Amino acid sequence: MTSTIKPRSPEELRQAVEWALNEGTTLDVRGQGSKIALGKPMVCGQVLDLSGLSGVVDYAPEELVVTLRAGTPISEIEALLAQRNQMLAFEPPDLGPLLGREAGQGTLVGAVMGNLAGPRRLSAGAARDHLLGFSGVNGRGESFKSGGKVMKNVTGYDLSKLLAGSWGTLAVLDQVSVKVLPAPDQTRTLLLLGLDDATAVRAMCAALGSPHEVSGAAHLPGKTALRIEGVAPSVEARLTALRELLIETGARMEELGTLESRVFWREVRDVAPLKAPPDAVVWKISCPPTEGPAIVARIKALRPLAEAFYDWSGGLIWLALPPSVDADHAIVRGAIGVKGGHATLIRAPEAVRAAVPVFQPQPTALAALASRVKESFDPKRLFNPGRMS
Amino acid sequence: MQMPPLDPAILARRSEIVAALRAIVPGEGVIDDLEGMRPYECDALSAYRQMPLVVVLPETVEQVSTILRYCQDNKVKVVPRGAGTSLSGGSMPVGDAILLGLGKFNRVLEIDYANRCARVQPGVTNLGISKAVEHEGFYYAPDPSSQIACSIGGNVAENSGGVHCLKYGLTTNNLLGIEMVLMTGEVVRLGGKHLDSEGYDLLGVMTGSEGLLGVVTEVTVRLLRKPTTARAVLLGFPTEAGAANCVAAVIASGIIPGGMEMMDKDAVKCAEAYVGAGYPLDAEGLLIVELDGPPVEVDYLVERVAEIARGRGATTVRVSNDEQERELFWAGRKAAFPAVGQITPDYMCLDGSVPRGRLVEVLAEMREMSKKHHLRVVNVFHAGDGNLHPLILFDANDADELHRAEEFGADILRLCVRVGGVLTGEHGVGIEKRDLMGVQFTEIDLDQQMRLKCAFDPDHLLNPGKVFPQLRRCAELGRVVVHHNKLPFPDIPRF
Repeated sequence: MTSTIKPRSPEELRQAVEWALNEGTTLDVRGQGSKIALGKPMVCGQVLDLSGLSGVVDYAPEELVVTLRAGTPISEIEALLAQRNQMLAFEPPDLGPLLGREAGQGTLVGAVMGNLAGPRRLSAGAARDHLLGFSGVNGRGESFKSGGKVMKNVTGYDLSKLLAGSWGTLAVLDQVSVKVLPAPDQTRTLLLLGLDDATAVRAMCAALGSPHEVSGAAHLPGKTALRIEGVAPSVEARLTALRELLIETGARMEELGTLESRVFWREVRDVAPLKAPPDAVVWKISCPPTEGPAIVARIKALRPLAEAFYDWSGGLIWLALPPSVDADHAIVRGAIGVKGGHATLIRAPEAVRAAVPVFQPQPTALAALASRVKESFDPKRLFNPGRMS
Repeated sequence: MQMPPLDPAILARRSEIVAALRAIVPGEGVIDDLEGMRPYECDALSAYRQMPLVVVLPETVEQVSTILRYCQDNKVKVVPRGAGTSLSGGSMPVGDAILLGLGKFNRVLEIDYANRCARVQPGVTNLGISKAVEHEGFYYAPDPSSQIACSIGGNVAENSGGVHCLKYGLTTNNLLGIEMVLMTGEVVRLGGKHLDSEGYDLLGVMTGSEGLLGVVTEVTVRLLRKPTTARAVLLGFPTEAGAANCVAAVIASGIIPGGMEMMDKDAVKCAEAYVGAGYPLDAEGLLIVELDGPPVEVDYLVERVAEIARGRGATTVRVSNDEQERELFWAGRKAAFPAVGQITPDYMCLDGSVPRGRLVEVLAEMREMSKKHHLRVVNVFHAGDGNLHPLILFDANDADELHRAEEFGADILRLCVRVGGVLTGEHGVGIEKRDLMGVQFTEIDLDQQMRLKCAFDPDHLLNPGKVFPQLRRCAELGRVVVHHNKLPFPDIPRF
C-alpha cells in the first residue's frame, strides 16, 4: 500500500522531495487527484499530496494577477475572481465527469500541469499563456523560482511555458502567479443549424477570420455555435454583422442569451457530449482547423461508430470510439496526416493506457531532446515517472 | 563589459575554420575581411563592440545544419544574428565565435488565411509579415518599435513585445510553430498550424531564449484580423500619480485597451518639440489610451475611459476624430526616443517591469536617484503592463558620466526587482543585464536555467557570454548528490 506525504509548507515540500531522492523512491504528485486517470498509469513509491498547500496568497484585481498556493482548488479561485467580475480567461475544463469522477474538483495548478484550455483557447490562449511565474522544487530537492507577477517579463528562460503541460514530471510547484482578465458583461451565441462538418468548419473559419472577435467556435452534430462576448452594444453589433457574413451558408440561425450560452459553452468545455457511454474511448486531437473534417472522415471510414465534435474552429476534435484493446491508436494517429497535429488519449481503461502511447510519439531527435530536458529538472526521475512516456 | 576570454587555440585555427565554412557556404556567404565584417561588430546596444571571428550567411537549412554540426565537432562558438536590432547585446559578436547571420532567410513561405497563420523564414521583418497580409485585412499583432527592421527570428529569440501586448500578447502568445537546428545539426520542428504541444512546450522555452538554445530556421505565426476601428484618447494629468492611478482605474473597471502608454513631462516636451503632436505641455503625466473594435464598442469605451480620467483629475481629454489624428497622437510617442536624443549627446534606454500598483512609488524613487547620480531621467513606458523604459541622459565622451549612467541604470533595475518586478520586460538580458541576474535570481534558480541550457547545448557553444553571469560546466551541473539513508524522514504528516 502506497503511503501519502502531505507537506504543510514549501520547506516541508522541499524536505519531502529531498527525502525521496535520498531514499531512491518515486513520487506520485497530486493536487486533488481529479486527473489521475489521465496519462500513462504509474507505479510510485509514495503519493505526494499538495492539498495541504492551499489558499490565495495575493489578489489585486487592478494588477490582473492572482498568486496562490499549489493545492488551491480551482472552484475557490473562480469564486474569488467572480466577486470582482474577473475570470480565468483560458476557461480550464472540468474533466472530472468525463473521467468518471464528480464535477467541481481539481486544482488550478493541476489545470496548468495539463496545459488545459477551454473554447476561448482561440482568442485568450491556454494555461501556458496565463502562468506568469512559479516557485517549486526540482528533482534535486532544491527550491527554485522562475518568472514573476508582471505581464511582461523576458528575464531568463520562460520556464512557466515548460512547466505548463508537463503533467507534474519536471518539478513540484508550491506557488504560482496567474494572469486573470475582466469577465465579459454579456455572452451570446449564434447557432447555425444543420450544417455538415466541412461546411461548418468553413463557416467557423470565416467567422474567426472576420473582425467580429469570436471567442468560441464549436461544431456539434447539426449545430454550429459562435460565441460573442463583451459590452452589450458591441455584442449586438457583432452578432448582426456575423449573421450577415454567414447568410450565404443558408443555415437556419438561432441565438442563445447569456445564461443559455454559459451552460452551452461549459458543456463544450467539459466535453459533456461524450460523457456517455462511460466505456467509450475518448481522444483529443489538435490539428489545423481546416483539416478537422478530413481527419474525422478518415477515422469514420474505418470506425463507423465513431462520434466526434469540434471546438477551436475545427482545430480541436473530441472523438469517442467504441472500446477496444488498443484504443485504435494507430487509426487515430494515422488519420492526422502530413498537415500536422497530435492526438492524446484522454479516457481509456488503465490496461489500455498502459499498452498504447497516451501522448503523441515524437520524432527521434525531439524525443531525445525532451528526455534531456526532463533530466535537467529531475535527473533521478522522481516525479510522476512514466506518466508522459 | 567583461566577456569570456578568447580561446587562443580557436583564434590560431581561424584560416582553417574559414576554409571549412567556405566549403559549406560557397561564394560571398563567408565574410572574413575586416571591412566586410565591420557592419556586424555590434547590434543596437552600440556602446559595446567586438569583431567576430568570421561572418557566415547561409541560405539553406542544410547549410545551417552543416555549419552547426561542424562547430559542435570542432568546439567553435556561434553567435546567431537576425537583423541586429537587439537593445541588450543579444547578437553582439564574440571574438572567437563565428557570427551566423540569418538575413538571407527572407522569404514568406506560405500564407494560410483560412487557418489564420503564415509560415515565414526567420529573416523576414516583423512589419514585413503584416505588410504581406494587410490587403486581406490581417496583421501580425506584436509590434516592437523596431518592427520596420527587426526580424521575426530575432522576435522569437527575444520574445519581443510592443505597445499592444496588453490586449494581444507577446511573441510567445502569437507563435504556432518553428523549425530549428540544434548544435548537433539535428533539425527539429516544434508545433505547426495546430495549437499546443504534444509533449513539453519547447516552443515556449525557445521563445525568449536569446539565441542560446538553437537556431530558428522557420516560423509559423498567428495572424489576426485587423479591428474595424481604433481611436486614441490623449489624457493629460497635473501629476504623474494622477496618470498612474488612472491606468489602474481603467483596468479595474474591466477595460483592456489595445494600448496604454505613459510619458512624463520631459518626454512630452521633447516629443512635442520633435513632431508637434499637439500634446499638452502643462501635463506632468500624459496617457495615450487606444481602444479598438467595432465602432459602437470603441465609442462606448472611449466615453468610459474619458469619464474615469476626469474622475482622476485629468486636465486634458482629447479623442482622435479620424485615422490621421490617431496617428498623430501616436507619432509623438513613437518618436519619443529620437526626440529625447535631440536634447542629450547620449541616452541609455532601460527596460524593467513593475506591478502597476507600484508605478507612482517607482517614479518618485527614480527622481531621487536622479539627484543622487546627477543625471536626468526621462520616462516613456507601456503603462498598461507596467513595462518601464526610463531614458538616462548622459554624455558618453565623459567617462565619469558613462559610469554614473551605468550605476543609475543598475539602481533602477534593482528597484524594479525590489518592488516585485523584473529586470527586463521585453528587451532581453543579453550582455546588458547579465551581471544583474543575481539581483532577481538565486544561484539555484540560475543553475536550473543553465541545466536546461545544457540539455540543448552541452558545450555552451551557442551565444556565449550572454544571459548568465557565470557559466558552469554541464558535467558539474549534472552531478546529483544523494545522501543514502543519511536523512531521517522529516516531520511531515504522512498517512
